[in-house]
Amino acid sequence: MASHLLRRAFGSRSNRILSSLSSQPSAVTPRVFSSATAPIQATLFPGDGIGPEIAESVKQVFRAAEVPIEWEEHYVGDQMDPRTQSFLTWESLESVRRNRVGLKGPMATPIGKGHRSLNLTLRKELNLYANVRPCNSLPGYKTRYDDVNLITIRENTEGEYSGLEHQVVRGVVESLKIITRQASLRVAEYAFHYAKTHGRERVSAIHKANIMQKTDGLFLKCCREVAEKYPDITYEEVVIDNCCMMLVKNPALFDVLVMPNLYGDIISDLCAGLVGGLGLTPSCNIGEGGIALAEAVHGSAPDIAGKLWLIL
Amino acid sequence: MARRALPIFKQLTCRSSPTSFAVKPDPNTRFVTYMPRPGDGAPRPVTLIPGDGIGPLVTNAVEQVMEAMHAPVYFERYDVHGDMQRVPPEVLDSIRKNKVCLKGGLRTPVGGGVNSLNVQLRKELDLYASLVNCFNLPGLPTRHENVDIVVIRENTEGEYSGLEHEVVPGVVESLKVITKFCSERIAKYAFEYAYLNNRKKVTAVHKANIMKLADGLFLESCREVATKYPSIKYNEIIVDNCCMQLVSKPEQFDVMVTPNLYGNLVANTAAGIAGGTGVMPGGNVGADHAVFEQGASAGNVGNEKITDQKKANPVALLLSSAMMLRHLQFPSFADRLETAVKRVISEGKHRTKDLGGGSTTQEVVDAVIANLD
Repeated sequence: MASHLLRRAFGSRSNRILSSLSSQPSAVTPRVFSSATAPIQATLFPGDGIGPEIAESVKQVFRAAEVPIEWEEHYVGDQMDPRTQSFLTWESLESVRRNRVGLKGPMATPIGKGHRSLNLTLRKELNLYANVRPCNSLPGYKTRYDDVNLITIRENTEGEYSGLEHQVVRGVVESLKIITRQASLRVAEYAFHYAKTHGRERVSAIHKANIMQKTDGLFLKCCREVAEKYPDITYEEVVIDNCCMMLVKNPALFDVLVMPNLYGDIISDLCAGLVGGLGLTPSCNIGEGGIALAEAVHGSAPDIAGKLWLIL
Repeated sequence: MARRALPIFKQLTCRSSPTSFAVKPDPNTRFVTYMPRPGDGAPRPVTLIPGDGIGPLVTNAVEQVMEAMHAPVYFERYDVHGDMQRVPPEVLDSIRKNKVCLKGGLRTPVGGGVNSLNVQLRKELDLYASLVNCFNLPGLPTRHENVDIVVIRENTEGEYSGLEHEVVPGVVESLKVITKFCSERIAKYAFEYAYLNNRKKVTAVHKANIMKLADGLFLESCREVATKYPSIKYNEIIVDNCCMQLVSKPEQFDVMVTPNLYGNLVANTAAGIAGGTGVMPGGNVGADHAVFEQGASAGNVGNEKITDQKKANPVALLLSSAMMLRHLQFPSFADRLETAVKRVISEGKHRTKDLGGGSTTQEVVDAVIANLD
């Protein structure tokens, strides 16, 4: 009965847990999701700027809807924690690892100098390897595009965002873009698995392998390998400039998009623009072991107040 | 008398049917004349590279239109294909001699061992600025109005350095190189372009919150150059926000200057919102040479279906050749060509498939030639 409740409430994620539970009872610590009485523990990072306001709105709505969630709030400090080398404390990270589910508000990153992006730190420390952003035209909010129904899945840990830059000589800067087989396979697996479980028919890999032959070539090879394991899902590869143009002319052509880090960033924001803006898009970071950290995609918008979309 | 009056009456009513542009330039609207130097009218040689896929179709279209206009250019044709290892040296010599080249797209095999010839050509000739002009064509319906964006993109370094290596099996690194020298000269070109073309705003596109040193250097150079042009407004925007703004409010952008990769994406997005890559003109320019080609997505040479049915869109290359004529200082030929093309588009009777019609390339070309005055 408990497993039936769990399965109904949490779909595929619980299937994986229960199957791993049954196969290796000692290796996986059983996660306690909500039974009839105990609420789910979730970590909440309100963030900067408009973050605290929208986090408050979320709590109110959830309370009104009587969702069984208990929030553990963590704030980003203003001192470097030596254990994590960033403003996020060790306790915050441990809390997410323990609860497995979290919600994050926007966190500001300084431009051109200063500390490393806190969003990036969270992703690296918790190994959140896939960023999933569904973009659907909202009925009732008219934009120029009415038939947008696509999901962008972006590799979240490597690629151009490794943060490895150095100045070779004065006036010459190099930045490294790293693509690994392991990370590409991971995100491709997740993309196809997502497509299958959500009944999506096509997965498109976005790349620039005609110019960056080895790096994006490796990404494409991994996607092709995974595609062979899912013969009923159509797989195609699209060069990114072509993809941008097709998205802007006819977004109905795409279904699930999987891409490396930088292209994913740009394309997912483009798609958000198609449906009405960053204020309307939900997003979730998936980590190994089933960690899910949902977030608001927009920035901290220090100059405005009052947006409600952390709820999505 | 009525019998004689009827045909005269019919003639009068036929002639007075309105067209969107005057048949002869009205002396009251013509500009003060352009005074050439003696000998400027001698035919200029231009290197022509038909390219792959739809390339030969569209370059043929340009040749036909130039013939019909009796423009003072003649083409030296060279066959280059995307799967060659290097651009043949005689082609490079020809471009160095002529200083101007018109080219169709070169298809780069995906994931293969060949470096893109488009990129090679740009690096050999040091064509450091790539320019795409994206604007709404009257008569072509798009979802966005009031678009008039010029994307100026650094063409030689950045992510397209081609420096990749496999560290260990399963881990590949690619180097993105940004230098102050290149960033400065592209910023200077962008502001100079804005100044010479009466543009009001230059926007730098970057991702310096993540790539702090690399894009930070690019931004520094742009800021320095901006101080020398106080009459031109300058602002900066992060690339993902930029794409989003392009899709929702494109009228806020005027001239955009970007490093290599972002420029590719931004140019294609801007071209898409303004009508598609089949109609946007563009080119690559350096200190000594200029190569004109389809504005955005020059590596996309279409698929076999379009080539076989001969339904490629020649408008982009025709408008780019008008830019080339202006570059060669033949402004009235350029004006005539542009007017004819715009008239054909606005009439809407001859449009290729990507604009929603069903004409072939040849039909569009014939319509343009018929509309030349």
